[in-house]
Amino acid sequence: MSALPSAVGRTLTQTGEDGSQSAGQSVAEEAFLPTCEEVPCAPNILRPEGEIKLEARSLNMYYGSFQALRNVSMAIPERRITALIGPSGCGKSSFLRCFNRMNDMIDGFRLEGDVLLEGNDIYRRDLDLAYLRKRVGMVFQAPNPFPMSIYDNIAYGPRLHGRPDRSELDQIVEQSLRQAALWDEVKDKLRQSALGLSGGQQQRLCIARVLAVQPEVLLMDEPASALDPTATFHIEELMLQLMEHYTIVIVTHNMYQASRVSQYTGFFLMGELVEFGHTEQIFETPRDKRTDDYIRGRFG
Amino acid sequence: MRSTKPRRWGERLIEGAIKSTGIATIVFVLLIFVFLLKDSLPLFGHAKQTASLLGTRWLPTSEPEQFGLIPLLLGSLYVTLGAMVISVPLGVACAIFIAELAPQWLRELLKPLVELLAAVPSVVFGALGVLLLGPWFAKTLHLPVGQFAALGSLLLAFMAIPTIVSVSEDALHAVPRALRAGSLALGATHWQSITRVVLPTARSGLIAAGLLGLGRAIGETMTVLMVTGNAAVIPQGLKGFILPVRTMTATIAAEMGETAHNSTHYFALFFIGLLLFLITLVVNVVAEVVVHRMGREAK
Repeated sequence: MSALPSAVGRTLTQTGEDGSQSAGQSVAEEAFLPTCEEVPCAPNILRPEGEIKLEARSLNMYYGSFQALRNVSMAIPERRITALIGPSGCGKSSFLRCFNRMNDMIDGFRLEGDVLLEGNDIYRRDLDLAYLRKRVGMVFQAPNPFPMSIYDNIAYGPRLHGRPDRSELDQIVEQSLRQAALWDEVKDKLRQSALGLSGGQQQRLCIARVLAVQPEVLLMDEPASALDPTATFHIEELMLQLMEHYTIVIVTHNMYQASRVSQYTGFFLMGELVEFGHTEQIFETPRDKRTDDYIRGRFG
Repeated sequence: MRSTKPRRWGERLIEGAIKSTGIATIVFVLLIFVFLLKDSLPLFGHAKQTASLLGTRWLPTSEPEQFGLIPLLLGSLYVTLGAMVISVPLGVACAIFIAELAPQWLRELLKPLVELLAAVPSVVFGALGVLLLGPWFAKTLHLPVGQFAALGSLLLAFMAIPTIVSVSEDALHAVPRALRAGSLALGATHWQSITRVVLPTARSGLIAAGLLGLGRAIGETMTVLMVTGNAAVIPQGLKGFILPVRTMTATIAAEMGETAHNSTHYFALFFIGLLLFLITLVVNVVAEVVVHRMGREAK
C-alpha cells in the first residue's frame, strides 16, 4: 500500500491544475474529501457537493483469494447520474453490486470497509435485505423480463412489498410504464407475454419493473450493451428524465455513453478507483495518466 | 442439407450404424404393438367374452368365463393415483431442495443417492412391503389385511421419485439465473423468488416430471403383485385404499403362466397388455409434448 498523500498536498495539486484549466472551474468550487485522516482515499477522488446518497469507504473486496476492489472510496451524489467506466474485469460491476448486496450470494465473497446509504451501513447484520433492494433497484446488462405478462412483470415488485388492490396496481403499472416511456407501445397488450417485446422494449420494461417499487437509487449494469443504437438512445433519454427523481449509477463499457449521460464519472482499473470527478473534467482534463490513456483509447 | 464435400466411408458407416439403431427402436415398438394386436384381437371373435369386458367381474376360470376389466382398471387407477399423490409433492420438493437450497456438498451427496433409489430392483421393494411395511401398517392402523392398495402406492411412489426428481431438477436448472437475480434485486426473498418466478417458469417441466413418474408407476408389476393383495374387486371410495386391489400389470404377471396358449383367457390377458401399452403411450406422448413446449418457452 502506497503512502497516502496528506490533505494539504492534495489541495495544492488541485489548485495547481485548476488554475490552468477553464473546464475545471466547477471542480474548484467543490472540496476534495475533507476527512482523509479518517477515511483513507486515493488522490484525484472528488467528493461531490450536495447531498450524498451512497458512499463507499475504503472498500476491499475479495472473491476467494482474488481481490476485486482495492481500497475504493467514493461518494455518489443524490439525483445525479454517476458513470463507472473502465476495462473489463476492472471491478466496476463488482463495485456497483455492493450497493444492493447482489454479491452476497457469490461463493467466497468477502468485503472490508463500509457501504453507506444515506449514512447508514447497509452491511450491518440486522439489515432488512428486501427493504434495501426496494430502495436500491437494479437494471441488468441483458433484459431479464419474467416469463409472464407485461402487467404481471410490473406488478411483481409491488405485490412482493404489499397487498395492493386492483385499482392501485393498475395505477402503478400505468405510471411505471409511462415513466419508462413504454406505455404507448404496450398499453393495448398488457396481458400479453413480456417475452414478445423487442430487446429495447424489454429493457425499458425491466426499468419500469424497478420503478414500480419506487426505489430511490437505480443501479444500471451496462443497461444498453445488449441493445441496438436506437434502443440505446431511448434508454439514455430515459435516464436523463429519471435523474430528476432518482440517483442513478451506471456501469458502462461505452465511454461516449458515460460522457453523454453522466455528471460524474469514476474510472476503475484493476480493482482500483483511479479517478473520480465531474464527467467533463474526467474526459477533457484527466489528472491521472492512466485515465488519460484509457480515455484516448490507448488501452482497454 | 447435403454436404458438398466427399465424405469418407468410415464416417458413412458410423452414421449408418447410428441411423439403423434409431430405426430399430421404432421398429421394435411397432412390432410390440403388432404382436399385442395379433394376440388380443381374436378375443373379439367370442361375442360373450367380448361383452363381459365391460363387466365388473374378472373370473377367467369360472364357467362361463368373465373378463370384466373394470376392477383391474380401477385397481391400477387407485394404486397409481395414490403413488402420484405421494411422489409428486415429495419429488418436486426434493428437486427444489437439491436445485435451489442445498449447499454444494449436500447436493453432490443427494443426487447420486436419489439415482441409487432408481437402481433398487422392484422385487426388493416388494419384499420390503410384504415382510416389513405391510404387517407393520396392519398392526399399527388395525387394518384387516397387510396387503392393500395404499401400500402399493407408497412403494410405487418411491420408485417414481427418482424420475420425478431428476426431470424436475433439470427443469429448475433450466430457469435462467438472470431471472432469479432480477427477482432478488426487486427485494424478493429467496423463497419468494422460488415460488413466484422459478416454479412458474419451470411449470411445464414439473408437469412433465409428474407424467413421466406416472408412466413409471403405471407399468410397474412386481411390487404391486407382491403387496396389493390381488383381489379383483372394485375399490369403493377412500376405503378402497386400505383394502386389497388387483392391478392390470399384476393380473398379467400372475395369470399368464397358467393359461392355455390361444385360449380366450390368453387373449384377454394380451388385451390388458394392449391397454397398458396404449395408456403409457398416451402418458409419454403428453409428457413429451409438454417438455417440448417448455423448451420453446425457455427460448
